[in-house]
Amino acid sequence: MSELIVNKLSCQRGYNNLFSDLSFSLTSGEILRVSGANGSGKTSLLKILAGLSGGECGSISYNQNQAGSSEYQKDILYLGHLPALSPELCCRENLSYLSRLQGGNVNGQIRNALIAIDLKGYEYEYAANLSAGQKRRVVLASLFINTAPIWLLDEPFTALDSDGVSILEKQINKHSDNGGICILTTHQDCNLSNMRTLSL
Amino acid sequence: MNIFIQTLARDLKMALRNPSSFLNPLLFFVIATSLFPLAISPEAHTLSNIAPGIIWVTCMLAVLLSLNALFHTDYDNGVLEQMVISHHPLPLLLLAKTTAHWLLTGLPIVLLSPLLGAALFLDSASIGVLMLTLLLATPSLSLIGAIGASLIVGIKNSGMLLSLLILPLYIPILIFASSAVSQAQFDLSISAQLYFLASILILSLMGSPFASALALKTSLE
Repeated sequence: MSELIVNKLSCQRGYNNLFSDLSFSLTSGEILRVSGANGSGKTSLLKILAGLSGGECGSISYNQNQAGSSEYQKDILYLGHLPALSPELCCRENLSYLSRLQGGNVNGQIRNALIAIDLKGYEYEYAANLSAGQKRRVVLASLFINTAPIWLLDEPFTALDSDGVSILEKQINKHSDNGGICILTTHQDCNLSNMRTLSL
Repeated sequence: MNIFIQTLARDLKMALRNPSSFLNPLLFFVIATSLFPLAISPEAHTLSNIAPGIIWVTCMLAVLLSLNALFHTDYDNGVLEQMVISHHPLPLLLLAKTTAHWLLTGLPIVLLSPLLGAALFLDSASIGVLMLTLLLATPSLSLIGAIGASLIVGIKNSGMLLSLLILPLYIPILIFASSAVSQAQFDLSISAQLYFLASILILSLMGSPFASALALKTSLE
């Protein structure tokens, strides 16, 4: 059984102590929703879990691999606020590069992922010409390619229409059924099974 | 290694689809260099004396001008974030981006230099040396510049700060490269300068990707 263990994590931004002594653990198949008011440290927590910034103290490990090690980074998929798309590249090129960076095996899967997220026919459209919701969908399409066991999703439902929300919910549930772990932040109500809530 | 080629290809593709991003510094290089004969003197003797200095100073300023954009767009749209958390080694990814920068800025400057050298009445042997020094030293300019660019990523209007950080490191290159061309005009030996430029290149090639990776991680935190 794989377990993500967060032990006595603290985070300070400026003069504000966002959280301290935060400990929790997640086993295969669990979904954790991080909730809290604006500025309570949800994004900071996800960034620390992604290995993007260091916490003040505490430790994070998955299968004995510490956050920041190459093995740990291989096991996570982080999608932040920013869309991670370059306007000069088309959906296909953007998604293919993004998935390669995230360590997915992209061969032949780009097209299927774009179809799965309901962007059929937009493969060769430049990212500059997409709406906010469509951009978000292109980024989320990497969830249909990547096989990393831990998903860290920061506000994944932003800008999505109701169809998009249900596609994403279905994919997160499928990930959890397959034994994956998902940590997400959202202010919307979401229809996810096996979900716990962590309040900051 | 595969991701190195992917990153390089991506950066080149993006630049070719938005050519003004790399053409502006090159245009600056050509325009600034060709203004000197008008302002100083069109006389061949004077121009050929100052030509190495002019070409090298404008080359350095053109590279400096192009460095701001090196990481900025990827920082703004979040791709840089994905690079930092990727399990691929960050120094390798940054080396790929720096190589793309050199191919789009340094290499065209090397290729344009004979034309500008001839316009400033450099003799053909000196033009050869000029190209050689540019070929040896422009990769160092990109590599050292990448350290500065990764330090200031995320800071708005940081052009001046970048110049202050980077120019002192460029000065040795400027001194040795332009003195090599000047000495070549008098048929003196230039091997000392070339060895020095080569050693700077090797040093920056080994150190810069790691230094910029560290700087970038700190700036993104």
